[in-house]
Amino acid sequence: MQWEVVIGLEVHVQLSTCSKIFSGASTAFGAEPNTQACGIDLGLPGTLPVLNENAVAMAVRFGLAINAEIPEYSVFERKNYFYPDLPKGYQTSQMAHPVVGRGEVDITLGDGTVKTVRIHHAHMEEDAGKSLHEDYSGMTGIDLNRAGTPLLEIVSEPDMHSAEEASAYIRAIHAIVTYLGISDGNMAEGSMRCDVNVSLRPKGQEKLGTRAEIKNVNSFRFVERAIAFEIERQREILEDGGVVIQETRLYNPDLDETRSMRTKEEANDYRYFPCPDLLPLMLDEAYIEHQRSLLPELPSEKRQRFVESLGLSTYDADVLTGSRALAEYFEAVQQHCSDAKLAANWVQGDLLGRLNRDGLDITESPVSAEQLGGLLVRLVDDTINGKGAKQVFADLWERKVETADEIIDARGLKQVTDTGAIESLCDQVIADNPVQVTQYREASEDKRGKMIGFFVGQVMKASRGTANPPQVNAMLKEKLDALL
Amino acid sequence: MHDKTLAELARGLAAGDFSSRELTTSLLERIKRLDPVLNSFITVTDEQALKEADAADALRHKGEAGILSGLPLAYKDIFCTEGVRTSAGSKMLDNFIAPYNATVVEKLKHAGTVSLGKTNMDEFAMGSSNENSWYGPVKNPWNPTLVPGGSSGGSAAAVAAGFVPAALGTDTGGSIRQPAAFCGITGLKPTYGRVSRYGMIAYASSLDQAGPMARTAEDCAMLMNAMAGHDTRDSTSVSRNVPDYTQGLDKPLNGLKIGLPVEYFGEGLAPEVETAVREAVRVYESLGAQVIEVSLPHTSMAIPAYYVIAPAEASSNLSRYDGVRFGHRCDDPADLEDLYKRTRAEGFGDEVKRRILIGTHTLSEGFFDAYYRKAQQVRRLIRQDFLDAFARVDVLMGPAAPTTAFELGAKADPVQMYLQDIYTIAINLAGIPGISVPAGLVDNRPVGLQILGPHFGEAHLLNVAHVYQQATDWHQRRPEIKE
Repeated sequence: MQWEVVIGLEVHVQLSTCSKIFSGASTAFGAEPNTQACGIDLGLPGTLPVLNENAVAMAVRFGLAINAEIPEYSVFERKNYFYPDLPKGYQTSQMAHPVVGRGEVDITLGDGTVKTVRIHHAHMEEDAGKSLHEDYSGMTGIDLNRAGTPLLEIVSEPDMHSAEEASAYIRAIHAIVTYLGISDGNMAEGSMRCDVNVSLRPKGQEKLGTRAEIKNVNSFRFVERAIAFEIERQREILEDGGVVIQETRLYNPDLDETRSMRTKEEANDYRYFPCPDLLPLMLDEAYIEHQRSLLPELPSEKRQRFVESLGLSTYDADVLTGSRALAEYFEAVQQHCSDAKLAANWVQGDLLGRLNRDGLDITESPVSAEQLGGLLVRLVDDTINGKGAKQVFADLWERKVETADEIIDARGLKQVTDTGAIESLCDQVIADNPVQVTQYREASEDKRGKMIGFFVGQVMKASRGTANPPQVNAMLKEKLDALL
Repeated sequence: MHDKTLAELARGLAAGDFSSRELTTSLLERIKRLDPVLNSFITVTDEQALKEADAADALRHKGEAGILSGLPLAYKDIFCTEGVRTSAGSKMLDNFIAPYNATVVEKLKHAGTVSLGKTNMDEFAMGSSNENSWYGPVKNPWNPTLVPGGSSGGSAAAVAAGFVPAALGTDTGGSIRQPAAFCGITGLKPTYGRVSRYGMIAYASSLDQAGPMARTAEDCAMLMNAMAGHDTRDSTSVSRNVPDYTQGLDKPLNGLKIGLPVEYFGEGLAPEVETAVREAVRVYESLGAQVIEVSLPHTSMAIPAYYVIAPAEASSNLSRYDGVRFGHRCDDPADLEDLYKRTRAEGFGDEVKRRILIGTHTLSEGFFDAYYRKAQQVRRLIRQDFLDAFARVDVLMGPAAPTTAFELGAKADPVQMYLQDIYTIAINLAGIPGISVPAGLVDNRPVGLQILGPHFGEAHLLNVAHVYQQATDWHQRRPEIKE
């Protein structure tokens, strides 16, 4: 049977507020356990929550970025369950009246097709603390630093049909939240976590199959792998005539498999009800418009501009708008050298290549956009050639120099464009290589095109790489063809 | 000194008739001598009280004393007090020393008051007789075989017994007004949102409100001046100007329109209470008030609605008592579930468990609409009843409780106990203010007259109560306590 995969995602995004959603404690990552938990975060008797306005602003901006409706009022509710890292015995969340209503996100697939994923809603909630099961000789440690960190949970419709689509969706969400500056999007530190709902149904059937929810997947790669595993698992069950049971599963990246955590029967009854300590959140039109005025250019808008105004390919535009930092880096380089395609090639090629090799983020690049731009300026004005540029780039990377211009002179990389000098080098090479000249003359026209490369190489070598290759090529062709 | 009102004591301190240390010492001695009979305090903070008294005296010496400087009072043990055990009357919090002060505690401290300690209460404010305390029942100063009412029974008894001129209570369904009535003192439940709840251990967050309990309306007004106001730490506290409650207390009541809700004088009301309340109303008529009958048609639904909403909120509010971070923890838990089960089984008393069970049930999937949602709808109807009534009259009057104080152990059936709050509970559901003032003694048992006003009408309520107290002397009657 042909199966159709149906995937919906719940993405939890940690909002980058300075303080927690309901208390003044810091949200900074990496502090000593329980040093960033105040009485409110500890759930001390008598303490009360006060909503962080900044968290609301961030949630609203996300809603506006995905063209969602922002309801006039939203309500915080309590989700009740017991767990040691949940200090109050309930998580303050939103249920019936979330802050962000229906919206849409466009995703770009590998082949360049663009697809729209509908967003069901996004709601605000507080994060729980962390249970630490190591190093406590049989006991569990509780770190409440994370308790009360503001989260935006973005719930998609089941609009995705492959691991690739799910992955593209997460990347799109990642791009939006980082563009908006409402989250650092750091998955390794847990700033973005996903719950993935996967089900299969016979192709053509409308009714959704029974789904499994994979909890807390925390990297792009794991999302793809967890889905791939889950699809196979469900396919096997279904093809053996079995039934998929509705359950919550955990993905184990070490074993690359999902494992059952609890079934529907074991699921908690969370007993949601409106939190009596918080008033309904009322947002008026003026507030929403003010937040709209604060929106930066969004990835989709930037992508379109890169294609239409800068003439980049959709592929290049897509890669370069992958994060706000990368896009801003590219734009700075492009403005410096005034050649968008050249800037795009260098940023995607040499720069991203090296960054990937060294495991660095664009924000950690040893070569600044100004430095790369300064280098490309010299390529554009023919001061140096491509080979020289690579050498300069390597020096910049190793922080040997501050600017491209410093090293161009020092290394004698300045390109020789003096026709007389090149001509004498060409004559010399032709004179020194009679055998190859004879072969050239006897070769067929299409072979000659290739054979000229030998002579160009020799001239470049003789010029210690400073000659301008196209110029050399043209001159050699003229001289050799004259010998035919 | 123990017979004086807060206002009298303030004048005495100002005149230099006695120092705060003398006053404090005298009251601490009285507590030491007589509280073993009544059990109104859970914790007496002698040392701290004397320090605060000395500080107040020093301030007065420098001419910097405020109106409340050096005046002793006590807090229901539900208000967090820094460095002092805050138990909420529960074994669960017997070892809990709050690391911070509740906002009202902070404000009253700032005003220069001297705290003598923490008063007994029904566990987590759940009860109407103060028999649900882990620290044992409180006895009524008028007769130690009677209950003082609840849940602020310790505060009411302490004031009635002359241990403190005033104390703070909290009122979720009548917990200030009913014990004030039973003990013959004056107790005000302010409008929901008028006084900060920050640092007040939550029972039912949408109903809880702190208020003063004292001998007179004037004393309550003095305390309200310090207690009321917006608190950025409590989102449900209202940002609204706080009047001077001591101004206008004497305003004559000519033309005051009093509504008597027919539903508050029906079946279940003890005849002697009705007689006393009607007599009080006649006093008002003699002072120039007009009396009309009104109806609050949804009154009968108040107790059922309350016993859905309050336990629902309580079941969630009390989830934090899990033995993980503070409070009681069972010995040698086998695993997490065992930790939760035994900690909570051991730490909570029966009434608290009962309400947690009720609340957990009514919020459960499949029951939510039938109980919680319906109760909230009823709540709106009840509120509307009051709004409609206040379109016609200035205040409503009736009994604070259906009976006078009853014998300890007399109401073993929880539902019988819940009916104690029949005249007070709707007020919390509506969020309006209410005050209970002494209005009679029947067989040496005090009767409370309840006066209700529209939202934020505290100043007027205090005026109405004060003028009555100028015309009557019920509030001046004092019980005789035998050692």
